[in-house]
Amino acid sequence: MKLRLIRRDSASRLAMFTAPVLALALACLASLILFAALGKDAGAALHALLLKPFLSWYSFSEVLLKMAPLLLIAQGLAIGFRANVFNIGAEGQFIVGALCASALPVYFPDGDFPMMLPAMIAFGALGGTVYALIAAALRTRFGASEILVTLMMALIAVQILNYLLLGPWKDPRGFNFPQTVMFPDNALLPILFDGTRTNISLIFALLASVFAYLMMQHHFRGYQLRTAGLAPRAALYAGFSAPRMVWLGLGLGGLAAGIAGASEVAGPLGQLQRSVTSGYGYAAIIVAYVGGLNPLGIIASSFLISVIYIGGDSATVSAGLPVAAVEVFQGLLLFFYLLTFTLIRFRIEFDRKVPA
Amino acid sequence: MSGLEFLLAGTLAASLPLLLAALGEMVVEKTGLLNLGLEGMMAIGAAIAFICVFHTGSHMLGFAAAALISTVVAMLFAILVIGVKANEVAAGLAIGVLGLGLSALFGKSYESRTISGLPKIDIPILSDIPLIGPTLLTQDIVVWLAVLGTIVLWWVLNRTKLGLIIAAVGENADAARSIGYPVVLIRLCAVAFGGAMCGLAGAYASTVYTPLWADGMIAGRGWIALALVVFGTWQTGRVAFGALLFGILSLGELTAQAMGVGLPSQMLSSLPYLVTILMLVVISRRRSGLI
Repeated sequence: MKLRLIRRDSASRLAMFTAPVLALALACLASLILFAALGKDAGAALHALLLKPFLSWYSFSEVLLKMAPLLLIAQGLAIGFRANVFNIGAEGQFIVGALCASALPVYFPDGDFPMMLPAMIAFGALGGTVYALIAAALRTRFGASEILVTLMMALIAVQILNYLLLGPWKDPRGFNFPQTVMFPDNALLPILFDGTRTNISLIFALLASVFAYLMMQHHFRGYQLRTAGLAPRAALYAGFSAPRMVWLGLGLGGLAAGIAGASEVAGPLGQLQRSVTSGYGYAAIIVAYVGGLNPLGIIASSFLISVIYIGGDSATVSAGLPVAAVEVFQGLLLFFYLLTFTLIRFRIEFDRKVPA
Repeated sequence: MSGLEFLLAGTLAASLPLLLAALGEMVVEKTGLLNLGLEGMMAIGAAIAFICVFHTGSHMLGFAAAALISTVVAMLFAILVIGVKANEVAAGLAIGVLGLGLSALFGKSYESRTISGLPKIDIPILSDIPLIGPTLLTQDIVVWLAVLGTIVLWWVLNRTKLGLIIAAVGENADAARSIGYPVVLIRLCAVAFGGAMCGLAGAYASTVYTPLWADGMIAGRGWIALALVVFGTWQTGRVAFGALLFGILSLGELTAQAMGVGLPSQMLSSLPYLVTILMLVVISRRRSGLI
């Protein structure tokens, strides 16, 4: 008797909800075992990771602050992923967005630049988009894999950032730290709730979610993108332009990441510094997948991952866990999600001998 | 030591982690898969090897443990991609993040500890050659084993039936399956081999090349190795050549000084990635066309 996996024609609605919940439970279980094996107080660790962020208004507001870039980038990436356009280098587009936005306050540090903030966001958006579109050009013109190109571009972006921070853009009065001048007030995003750091980039992210939902679920372009992903040949026969899907998928991903990068320097950082490469671009890929590449699911998954980020910070104090525990949890979550989601999408069938 | 002597002595060792990881990934990609988790598999291998050598003092044990743990992590990738046919890009990233996180988690209490590396071997006659004798040709045992291993791998891939089967699986899995080749098994073995090689690469980085533990010590070598496979156009010899080239570049500023080049070091660090993009463009042109 042999075991076979038969793919269902479409994922059931139940599977869409069950898979992430099951994955979360399994990731919790696996990390409990792991932390306990390392001699940590596993209960305290899990309490800190998943509950602490809800126990004070300030830490909850920090969750919302983290959620903004993750949600924004993930919505952009998911559009491409659904069309089988794999932009792995959102981290690079995020950095370039941050760089382009920072150019204004770096060259006009007194803030005597009209429309400083909107111009910064526009610069960031443009920078991220153009940086992503280089990969689109190489893919459509030469057939170069966008997976590798975007990844390489992300690694190059880090080097550009290092160059600027150690060289021309270094704050002359910054005690030689690799960072730019502090941005003037008119280069900072307005705060959403008094007494917190949560800023209006959360609104950008939610608007992007509405846009992604309308486009992917209710617009013909979204239908084309989804078809290109699910059935490339059908898309080809239907006359949907494959290069256009690549341009669109990468462009929107870069746009979102660029805006997120601009919002990061104009938000919690308030200057361009090395910690802008905090891995949001990579974490957003996890967010996108755990959200089922669905605009609504991504809202939920970006919230979950942000909770774990903030919880991870408090777990370093209360349970003596290294910051890396967050990475471990993220990795486990994506692993179990991919496992459960695909398993739920398949029926297990046993090959039986045909009765004579 | 002059700049040139430093380069001659250091290049092979700097190239070695890149070479091992890239050769492993090359075999994976030859069977038609793509595992993006190199960085993570190298990191966990490096951490386990360091811990092992720190407690037992045996490098052999360290390398073996690293190969084992990274193979286990690679098997998680195999479960997702070969087992339940999940998206390989997401699966590779999942194990990459997991491996990086685990390495930091396990390595936490060993931060900044040091161990002893491996001795360089003087080979009679060879070591007496002027200039290159005491530098290029005086290396530790792992370097020589890696040179040997590279030649064996070349032979297996290009001169044996197994090499042909691997190529067949990668080029047309359905055809290979229909003439009775065990596609799943071949791919499983390739992923395991890729994992083990990443483990060895990490072990060399943390216990021989710089015998100390620091979080994030793999420092992007996994990504460079990934680039290297493309750079070498999936051919053993070219990948080995590329490893040497990227190894020299990774010596970065020191190289720039030795060659008297006035470029910013970030420019040199970006070169492997730029060259890889260029290679992608050149090699993809020949088989262009979307989908």
